[in-house]
Amino acid sequence: MTPSDRDATGLLTRPDPFVQLITPAGDRVRDAVYDPWVADVDLEVLGRLYRDMVVVRRIDTEATALQRQGELGLWPPLAGQEAAQIGSAHALRDDDFVFSSYREHALAWHRKVAPAELLSVWRGTAASGWNPYEHNMAVPQIIIGAQALHATGYAMGLRWEGSDAAAIAYFGDGATSEGDVNEALVFASSFDAPVVFFCQNNQWAISEPVGLQSKQAIARRADGFGMPGLRVDGNDVLAVLAATRFALDRARRGEGPSFIEAVTYRMGPHTTADDPKRYRGDAELAEWRERDPISRVLAYLDGSGVDVAGLEREATAEADRVAAELRAAITTLADPEPLSVFDHVYAEPNSHVERQRTNYARYLALFDEPEERGGAAAAAGPEASGRTEGGAR
Amino acid sequence: MTQLTLAKALNAGLRRALADDDKVVLMGEDIGTLGGVFRVTDGLKAEFGGHRVVDSPLSEAGLIGTAVGLAYRGFRPVVEIQFDGFIYPGFDQIVAQVAKLHYRSRGTVKMPITIRVPFGGGIGAAEHHSESPEAYFAHTAGLRVVACSNPADAYLMVRQAIASDDPVLFFEPKRRYHVKGEVDETASLADAPPMGVAATLARGSDVTLVTYGALVQTARDAATAAAEEGISLEVIDLRSLAPIDYAPIEASVRRTGRLVIAHEAGQQGGMGAEIAASITERCFEFLEAAPVRVTGHDIPYPPAKLERHHLPDLDRILDGVDRALGRPNSLSGVEA
Repeated sequence: MTPSDRDATGLLTRPDPFVQLITPAGDRVRDAVYDPWVADVDLEVLGRLYRDMVVVRRIDTEATALQRQGELGLWPPLAGQEAAQIGSAHALRDDDFVFSSYREHALAWHRKVAPAELLSVWRGTAASGWNPYEHNMAVPQIIIGAQALHATGYAMGLRWEGSDAAAIAYFGDGATSEGDVNEALVFASSFDAPVVFFCQNNQWAISEPVGLQSKQAIARRADGFGMPGLRVDGNDVLAVLAATRFALDRARRGEGPSFIEAVTYRMGPHTTADDPKRYRGDAELAEWRERDPISRVLAYLDGSGVDVAGLEREATAEADRVAAELRAAITTLADPEPLSVFDHVYAEPNSHVERQRTNYARYLALFDEPEERGGAAAAAGPEASGRTEGGAR
Repeated sequence: MTQLTLAKALNAGLRRALADDDKVVLMGEDIGTLGGVFRVTDGLKAEFGGHRVVDSPLSEAGLIGTAVGLAYRGFRPVVEIQFDGFIYPGFDQIVAQVAKLHYRSRGTVKMPITIRVPFGGGIGAAEHHSESPEAYFAHTAGLRVVACSNPADAYLMVRQAIASDDPVLFFEPKRRYHVKGEVDETASLADAPPMGVAATLARGSDVTLVTYGALVQTARDAATAAAEEGISLEVIDLRSLAPIDYAPIEASVRRTGRLVIAHEAGQQGGMGAEIAASITERCFEFLEAAPVRVTGHDIPYPPAKLERHHLPDLDRILDGVDRALGRPNSLSGVEA
């Protein structure tokens, strides 16, 4: 990287290069601007980051398997994005608040969301898994980019309260085309909101390549909104950690928002319902496998004299344990009570919802087995109806 | 008691809410230094500061979306949408986020957001400045929808909306902003009727006339005019559009047997359709005639010089009353 790629503060000004501190081969690249942000990251911490990435990849593999076995309705895999998620998660303080999309399972795990809480929404037993205030992480957002505004509003509140905590919004390359993300950048900039916009550019929005969303590096857009745009190798956990710490520090010091583009790759499908073979080739996947976020850390640690065989054993053991917990959690996720469909529509008593709840309860009371009512029974024919004789109208 | 315009009553209610709870923040376009295009927030920024009364960038999605984030943080945002027809860029955030987050989060995240919307026509405005979009929101589970019609209600209802832990779409009848009425600024919320309760404004025995917002005054005038012809109208101000307080409507229709619903919004899929259907379901055997809707046409809001042909007025409401009573009317002899 040449000096002309950087402005006076040392930030990248040209779009195409990205900051990389560990190469895919496991070599450490020295960087005068970013190194100070990870000066405390010794081999032990790197080993922990490695282990975390192994565990979340295993969570992903296990959840995908659970979906294939019919235990989950859907799963959006994170495979390939472990460094982007674990590196940034590690930079956060407990009192920072995370607003994520639906793919940030590593953030949830890092913020100690329990396996059952992680899976319930994908099994369809609950509208969401966890209490956001117990983990300082909002429930996942499915509307693309909507959470960028929520993070911004939350951060505006932090600023007005005089807090030095920050908010972070996770979204993908596709979301950068949404109005919500662009409007969030305007609000955050105008109000100096302590928020970090963390864009995982994983190259694909379902079947659409990133080139359809942006003709130039996404990080470059930040300049137009009046905030620094950092472009990092999203498969380099150390570079991601450094960039996120830089952005969070700016936020805490009242200097406002930053935009990080973590260049990464979605190794798997968009969700388990997707078939990426229809829109991308094996060669591309193979190319990105060479840049795997996990293997490069192991290679670096190996080169640094760490007992990587022991580290691998340890990481695998923990991954096994977490995977077993995940699988066991499925059995605790019972189908919810029918009348709970009416719970929490409103915070206060609501006459309309109460009337519908009462009427539906009366309807359910017509059946011996409420679970046998409705669509399934009707589809199976009248003889399959669970209605009691007395209940026939 | 003080004589205040509806706009001043809202201003007083907002001032009181800002003073009572430092988590209340007002956000909107031009609401700070200018005091809002209708001056509803006049003087509040000077009194409470720029962090409590916030001039925002011109983005309705941004306004609503950041209000969601502020609510996540424990604030009670009050968002002003400048004109009814400008709310649609914020529609997704309202319908997909504000309305659903309490449900989605299983009751852990409250959305005590008030979205103030000046609505309705009759002011000779340009396109997008005279609309009545309330039915979109009444259709959306998770939202409460209310419409005030007079200064006294405006003062109390806006405070109730802000105090509510549920999100409230708060519709303000913009052509009544400058109409004065008595307001008791010492009134406490504890003694006030809940905002979800309808108000029976005029007792009558022949026809039940239900409406809300700016048409409430028109309905009262219609009742006076009808009385001169010996027809007794019971006028009900809905106040709450979601949920609808059916009890007084049901009780009234059981006595009168006839129901007329009036609103400025178009007929198809509107509040009138919902009320007509629900009342028919609940007291069919008491009805002497089919419920009648007197509404705006199902057209885009017309140019100013044509709006009097769109908005229900006193005569059109009385024509609807005649239909309900089976008296000679504009549709005599034809199928409605």
